[in-house]
Amino acid sequence: MNNILVFPMVLPIIAGVILLFFRSKPAIQRWGSILTMIAVFAISLWILFQVMDQTILRLNFGEWAPPFGITFVADAFAMLLVTSSSLVSILCLLYAAFAKDEKREKFFLYPFLLLLVAGVNGSFLTGDLFNLFVCFEVMLLASYVLMTLGGEKRQLTEGIKYILINILSSWFFLLGIAYLYGSLGTLNMAHLSQRIAEAGQPPLLTTISILFLVVFSLKAGLVLYFWLPGSYSALPTAVSALFAALLTKVGVYALFRVFTLLFYHEPSITHTIIGLMAIITMAGGSIGAIAYTDLRKIAAYNVIIAIGFILVGLAANNEAAIQGSIYYLMHDILVKGLLFLIIGTVIYVTGKTKLDQASGLITSYPLLGWLFLITTLSLGGIPPFSGFAGKLLIGQGALEAGEYVIVAAAFLSSLFVLYSLLRIFLNMFWGETSISQKNRVILPKGMIAPCLILALLTVGLGLGMGVVSPFVAEAAHVLMNPEIYIEGALKDE
Amino acid sequence: METMIILLAGVLVSVATYLLLSKNMIRVVLGTAILSHAVHLLLMTMGGLKIGSVPILGDTVETYTDALPQALILTAIVISFAVTAFFLVLVYRTYQTTGTDNLLEMKGTEEDE
Repeated sequence: MNNILVFPMVLPIIAGVILLFFRSKPAIQRWGSILTMIAVFAISLWILFQVMDQTILRLNFGEWAPPFGITFVADAFAMLLVTSSSLVSILCLLYAAFAKDEKREKFFLYPFLLLLVAGVNGSFLTGDLFNLFVCFEVMLLASYVLMTLGGEKRQLTEGIKYILINILSSWFFLLGIAYLYGSLGTLNMAHLSQRIAEAGQPPLLTTISILFLVVFSLKAGLVLYFWLPGSYSALPTAVSALFAALLTKVGVYALFRVFTLLFYHEPSITHTIIGLMAIITMAGGSIGAIAYTDLRKIAAYNVIIAIGFILVGLAANNEAAIQGSIYYLMHDILVKGLLFLIIGTVIYVTGKTKLDQASGLITSYPLLGWLFLITTLSLGGIPPFSGFAGKLLIGQGALEAGEYVIVAAAFLSSLFVLYSLLRIFLNMFWGETSISQKNRVILPKGMIAPCLILALLTVGLGLGMGVVSPFVAEAAHVLMNPEIYIEGALKDE
Repeated sequence: METMIILLAGVLVSVATYLLLSKNMIRVVLGTAILSHAVHLLLMTMGGLKIGSVPILGDTVETYTDALPQALILTAIVISFAVTAFFLVLVYRTYQTTGTDNLLEMKGTEEDE
């Protein structure tokens, strides 16, 4: 049996529970959680290589054969996301450990961060729709706590909205599950896929699929992103980086899984709607990104644009475009973490949140300035960095599919990304320095180190495309051929 | 029987919608609790109500009631309980900090600060 599959979810939970008992020892909390995530990263890397050999790994909980029991199913797509999200969590935890926010650390910051990661990894790995709901809730409950931890007025009021919108979307999720169970009598995803294929996806099932589209769009911030900028900008840096890197991506993962494995028979309805939603998302995100001068708002709207961009690949629905989306998803997990960490660091050293309130930072903090430029170029999709490969492949795939309008919108949105971030760079890093030498806040090396590592990773992912591409090709291949997943997830051993 | 339960779920949804749209935070919390109960009822009804006997293998029994929806509901109830508990505490804390339970007075983002 592949018992190792459960570790990316269970290790953080166990570690989180153990850390609850070390409330007064911040050092144990910090390093314990980082070590846990390093272990999770190593394990998920190992599983990824296993998956490359065997295509699909499966774990039946309690030896209940599918489709009766709950299963964890690992394919290359899920494992790539688990690996990159574990990696980015290590670095966010490292940042938190050096930021030393003792007020929050005392109130179980690290256990909840670990529980959040557990929920995220569980959502990637599960092969059962109801289990997906449960993992979502694990992740969301942890995120509710992290959202409001610290008890600042802004966090509380934004937290209420965030929780309310998520309760509502969980409700829709359960509704969708109820309808699906009522009409198909199973919730195992591979089994569902089989039965939907047998039924040929009649209009009733297409309607249910739209319900799931609404649910996951709310989580991912596709069109229904109105909750996102406010809540993300109320958070402390390390937490906001982790939220930006992971939470919306889980929604995107679920959209990909549901619309490539289950509801792929009526692309003229579902995938057209997804394409339209992607355009609206990119347009709205672009407007937001250039409308605000608040750094955290600009960063949050950049998250939204990226979601729209990734979904272009799903709308085009061919192998090149899906490959591009997977590249871009991994790139986005890393680089959005980086963006939020750098923005948080800038706010930490200047004490200002708007881009016209400081200037000339690059003279005092040269490394930070160059890292920000790398982030900007990477997000804009400039060649040596990691954003390029994804954008290229998505564009190529969408052109093959004949989606010219979507391609135009997607690349226009890249220009807005570049403009919104260059505006920060030119205003805050260039120009006369606004900080005198004696007022200079010393930037701890530990806070800049995670940013540096992430920046190196985005350069590495860009230059090392050849290393990653077999994994991505395999992931896209499995996504585009549901029968491989079904075979792996249902066959008896 | 199924029709009755579905109607009941519909009534609960309309009550919950009414509560969710009010300005008072406690009403909103109650609205979310009732909303989740409505969907639990729906889940249970989707599996068919009492179409056979208990799902334990026996000699005389021919049809069994589907036990899966009950397991799903049990999980969903626990989750909604946890969320409601957390939400209530949060609402109380927010009331203490902001001094109001009116949602319309919580629009604030940094623009108004």
